Amino acid sequence: MIFAFDIIILVFLVIAAIISLSVKDLLSASMIFGIYGFLICLLWAEMGAVDVAFTEAAVGAGISAVLMVATVFNTKRKSSD
Amino acid sequence: MRLPNMFAIIAVVITGGILLYGVSDFPSFGDPKSPANAAVPGSESVSQYFITKSYKDTKVPNLVTSVLADYRGYDTMFETVVIFAAGMAIFAILGSVGGGSQPRVQEEGPSFVDGDHSRIIVGTTCRLLVPVIQVFALYVIGHGHYSPGGGFQGGVILAASFIIIALSSDLDAALRRLSEVNYLRLACVGILIYAGFGVLCQVLESNFLDYGVLQPILLTDGPEMARSHSMLGVEIGVAFTVTAIMFAIYANLSSRGTLRDGL
Amino acid sequence: MAEFFEQTLQPHFNFWIYVILMMIGLWALIAKNNLIKKLIGMSIFQTAIILFYVSLGVKEDATIPILDPYGQAEHAAAEAEGAETEGEKKRDSYIGKKSPDPDTMANPLPHVLMLTAIVVGVATLGVALSIAQMIFKEFGSLEEDEILEIVKGGSVDD
Repeated sequence: MIFAFDIIILVFLVIAAIISLSVKDLLSASMIFGIYGFLICLLWAEMGAVDVAFTEAAVGAGISAVLMVATVFNTKRKSSD
Repeated sequence: MRLPNMFAIIAVVITGGILLYGVSDFPSFGDPKSPANAAVPGSESVSQYFITKSYKDTKVPNLVTSVLADYRGYDTMFETVVIFAAGMAIFAILGSVGGGSQPRVQEEGPSFVDGDHSRIIVGTTCRLLVPVIQVFALYVIGHGHYSPGGGFQGGVILAASFIIIALSSDLDAALRRLSEVNYLRLACVGILIYAGFGVLCQVLESNFLDYGVLQPILLTDGPEMARSHSMLGVEIGVAFTVTAIMFAIYANLSSRGTLRDGL
Repeated sequence: MAEFFEQTLQPHFNFWIYVILMMIGLWALIAKNNLIKKLIGMSIFQTAIILFYVSLGVKEDATIPILDPYGQAEHAAAEAEGAETEGEKKRDSYIGKKSPDPDTMANPLPHVLMLTAIVVGVATLGVALSIAQMIFKEFGSLEEDEILEIVKGGSVDD
C-alpha cells in the first residue's frame, strides 16, 4: 500500500506488456512474459495477498513461461508482427 | 489487414473510455469501509464473518486455506475437475494413445555423459536440486494451514521438479520416473480423494462436504479438529491431481503428443 | 487541474492502470497477426482482471490474513524489548478469547476466488497452446492471414 512502490511497479508492468507484444522473436516474448508474471507476484505480495503471490510465482511465472517456450520450440520462432 | 486494425482501435478506445469513466466512481483504494470489505448497513458482511469466526470454527490459522477448503470447498472440488478436464482435452487434441509411452531401453545411468559434455554442469546441478525441491513441495502442502501454501502451490512445485528432470536430461528420464499410466492414475486418485471425503460425510447422514460429522472416524476431540484434518486430506487430493496434470501438459506439449523425444 | 489530480486520480490511480492493461490485452487479442501473440494478449487480460479483483480487498495498514494463534509475534517482540513475559498468559491470546479485528486484516475472500482463477487460466493456456501446435501441423504457419488464405483458397488441407 505504499504509493511510490505501487506506481513504479505498475509502470514497469505496462512497459513489459507492451514490449512483450512488440518483439518479433517469439522466444524473447515468452521470456518477457515471465518477467511480467514475476512483477505481478511482487505487486501482490506488497498488497498483502501472499497466497495469491505464491501461486502466481509458481504457476504464472514458472509453468506458463515453460509451456510457451515448449510450444515455440515445436513451431516457428519468428513472427511477422 | 487494415480493417481489423481500425476496428480494433475503435473498439478498444470506446471500451477503455467507458471503463475509465466508470472507475472514477469507485471507493478509494485501500479503504477499510468500502462495501467489499465492510457491511453496508442492513446486511451482514461475509468476509467479516470469515475473519472473526473462522478460527473458532475450524482452528486453522491461515484464513485463506480455511475459506478455500472448508467454507468454499465445493468450488475447489470443481476447480480440480476443471484442471483434470484440461489435461484430458490436451490428451485428446494431441492424440497420444499409449503408442509412444515405451521408454527407450537403456541402462539406468545419467543419460548426458555419453560424450555430450555440454550438459554436465546443468545435469549435475539439477540432479542435486531435485530432492530438495520435492521435500520443499511436500512441506508446502503439509504446512498450508499455518503459512501461505496449500494444495495448489505444493502440487505445482512438485510438478516443476519433474519438469526439471525432463529439461536437464531427457523426457524419457522423467517418464521413466512418472510414466503415462502412473500419472493418469494419480490424477484420478486425487479427485476421488476429494469426492470421497464428501461422500463419506453423506454416508454419515449429513450434508455433502460437511466435515464436522467426521469426528468419530478421525478420532478427534471436537468437530473443529475434524474439520482441520479433513482440510489436510482434501488438499492432498488436490495436490495429486495438480501434479499429475501439470506434468502431463508439459510432456504432451513438448513432444507434440508422441511422448517420444522432448526438448 | 490540481483538484482533479487530488480528488480523482490519487485514490484511483492504480484502477486506471489496470484498465490500461486490460485494453492492451484486448487490443492484442483482436489486432495481432500471430497466434502466440494473441495468446500472450489473452494472458495479459486475465492477469489484469485478477489484479483488479485482488486490489478490492486491500485495506490501508492491514496485515496479511494469517492469524498468529499462540501470540508468537507478540512474545518475540516482548522478549526483544527485554520486558518480562508472563508465560502462558501472554501466549493464549487467540485461543477462544479474543477474535481478530476485521479492520486490521486484509480481506481473504478475493484471494480465495482468484486462486481458482489463476489455476484455471493456466489450464486454458495449456489447451490453447496445444490447439496452436495442431494448427501449425495442419497448415504449416502460425500467421492468421496465411491460414485464412489457405482455408479460403484450396480446400485440400482439411
